Amino acid sequence: MNAIATAVVAEQFDDIEQQHSAAKLGMWIFLATEVMFFGGLFLAYTVYRFTYGHVFALASRHLDDVFGGVNTAVLLFSSLLMALAVRAAELGRRKQLVRLLLATALFGVLFMTIKAFEYRKDFVEHLVPRFDFRWDGPDAANAELFFWIYFALTGLHAIHVTVGIALILVLALLASAGKFSQNFMPVEITGLYWHFVDIVWVFLFPLLYLAGHR
Amino acid sequence: MNATPNATTTIVRHSGAYALDNYLTSGQGVKSWLLTTDHKRIGILYLWTILVFFLIAAVAAALMRIELLTPAGDLVTSETYNKLFTIHGVLMVWFFLIPSIPTVLGNFVIPMMIGARDVAFPRLNLFSWYLFVAAGALALWSLIHGGVDTGWTFYTPYSTTYANSHVISMAAGIFVAGFSSIITGINFIVTIHKMRAPGLRWFRLPLFIWALYATSLILVLATPVLAITLALMSVERLWGVGIFDPKLGGDPILFQHLFWFYSHPAVYIMILPGMGVISELITCFSRKRVFGYAWVGCSSMAIAVLGFVVWGHHMFVSSQSIYAGMIFSLLSFLVAVPSGIKVFNWTATLYKGSITFQTPMLYALGFIGLFTIGGLTGLCVATLAVDVHVHDTYFVIAHFHYIMVGGMVMAFMGGLHYWWPKITGRLYPEFWGKLAAMITFIGFNLTFFPQFLLGYLGMPRRYHAYPPEFQMLNVLSSAGASILGVGYMLPLIYFLWSLKRGRVAGPNPWRATGLEWQTGSPPPVHNFEGTPIVTASPYMYDAEADRELHMANA
Repeated sequence: MNAIATAVVAEQFDDIEQQHSAAKLGMWIFLATEVMFFGGLFLAYTVYRFTYGHVFALASRHLDDVFGGVNTAVLLFSSLLMALAVRAAELGRRKQLVRLLLATALFGVLFMTIKAFEYRKDFVEHLVPRFDFRWDGPDAANAELFFWIYFALTGLHAIHVTVGIALILVLALLASAGKFSQNFMPVEITGLYWHFVDIVWVFLFPLLYLAGHR
Repeated sequence: MNATPNATTTIVRHSGAYALDNYLTSGQGVKSWLLTTDHKRIGILYLWTILVFFLIAAVAAALMRIELLTPAGDLVTSETYNKLFTIHGVLMVWFFLIPSIPTVLGNFVIPMMIGARDVAFPRLNLFSWYLFVAAGALALWSLIHGGVDTGWTFYTPYSTTYANSHVISMAAGIFVAGFSSIITGINFIVTIHKMRAPGLRWFRLPLFIWALYATSLILVLATPVLAITLALMSVERLWGVGIFDPKLGGDPILFQHLFWFYSHPAVYIMILPGMGVISELITCFSRKRVFGYAWVGCSSMAIAVLGFVVWGHHMFVSSQSIYAGMIFSLLSFLVAVPSGIKVFNWTATLYKGSITFQTPMLYALGFIGLFTIGGLTGLCVATLAVDVHVHDTYFVIAHFHYIMVGGMVMAFMGGLHYWWPKITGRLYPEFWGKLAAMITFIGFNLTFFPQFLLGYLGMPRRYHAYPPEFQMLNVLSSAGASILGVGYMLPLIYFLWSLKRGRVAGPNPWRATGLEWQTGSPPPVHNFEGTPIVTASPYMYDAEADRELHMANA
């Protein structure tokens, strides 16, 4: 093993393969905890969808499919860019890696911007629970419950997107300094996290936006 | 020094009995501790931290026991009493019991037991300690600013709507402590998967490793559910409406489901590591291989899995469906099977063993008896009809203290005595150790056995006053608590004393077989001089190996 190769191996590991597989396993287990973390809210959604199915369907129609649909496409595309970034890191293409990471982050920011406009629209339409919530029709309280869950789930997801954007920007900075020429694992495990955030949205979109469609 | 490839069957003899070049001498000063990534030093940081929380929670318990000396609620108001049992529960559960064996003994010995230089993610390991300290600071802030009166369970709607105390900051503290737990769990799982020494196959792992692997699975899968539950509860309290709010059609019982989905597995976080320690102690001090090694290891996994499907037994009287109650009752009975396997196998290990009654062994034997009582009364409370009678009484209090204190704390003390020579390089005084173990055992039983009777007679938990006919048993319990206090203070004194004055231990004072004993005491920074190669199963305590050991030591 030459001096450069040993320098990237942390002292507790024997070789770079062990270090890679440990990092990857660690991230997968972390994602399992994230599934359980979101799981609590998904459980709440399931319970109340069964209890108040009709109201949930009605309330769901008040959400804007266009905002939701465009955002789904934006996030899926950013995941593609992330996958390409991992590939670039693996092949040691530094410039391409930096550009792809920045593009991924940009699409993340685009998602958040669209989400912000959507939240503003929800507010104007009096759909924010407790803050001047208005509902024409019966079961206003249950509809408010739907929107509470909507804000909780999308809010929690937005926090994760924000963390992801920050991580990817840090990666881009480090990548431009040539940090991943020997060890691209940080790019790969951040990629795993970003895909996870994407997958959560893939579940949120139909549950929240399409629940009212037949 | 030349590199020695160690094996479980090879006896390594070190020239100096006290290893001078060790992890304690490798760096001096506060900074070398606060920035350390050495799993051994992090274990010691955790030891000091949980000691602080243990002492605060113990003071709360002492105040409660003093209040309960007399039937009238005359020492503290009922509001203060509510805060006392809340602080006792929160600190003991999240800031002492859950981190106790995993973060102190687990951090210290897991990498050594598997022949690794450190855990897989040493910097994350240090980060988890800082998170834990931050969490503790939030909890103490809540305590100093008036405390919390919800009980450790934070049931809605009391916690979201009616409680007039620092619920959110306390919940935030527990949330952060949860993150610390999750990081520890991830670290342990990855370490055990990826860092084992050559030749250390899964069924050659020490049973302590199996137990902590099972514990880590629970830590990573259950803790996030508690985190989201407490977050939702706090947001609801802050926002004014939420998913547990009946005004919106929400269901407060959903909180109980989510809470116990975490908190029942958490009970196994608080006992599985103890079982792991006991497996090590019983086999070492009876000089015999563990009876049914694979069964004991797999029963840890079985307990971890079953732990996820029994939460409803906390909710038999919560209006959940009677059919759900029946299923949960049946599933809870099933937990007795792997628990029974462990107790029977430990007992079979003792049979015809060459038993010595050293301090760790006294704690281990105490554990077996107390855990058995705690487990069998667990079957009583898992029975639907009996639970309706004893629910929310001192019977339940006594039951889970037999598991948590009689089980986990006894195991923690036993493990601390067992590995103390490895941690510090010095022996604790054996006479005082044995004395403290016996005082703890007597004090514990005197404290908690009367509570079974109190509960069965109908004394409810969480009240600061009670009818006069319960006084005799309460006085017995309080008297026992004072003896138990002595039993815990003694080790604190002689452990500190032994740091400077204790007899030098040498690498392997117990003539134990684990890899952690095949290196110096205290161990060098990277644990071993060369990567050990494992050629045999653990616990080679049979007669032949024992003879070899005798010859090697002669």
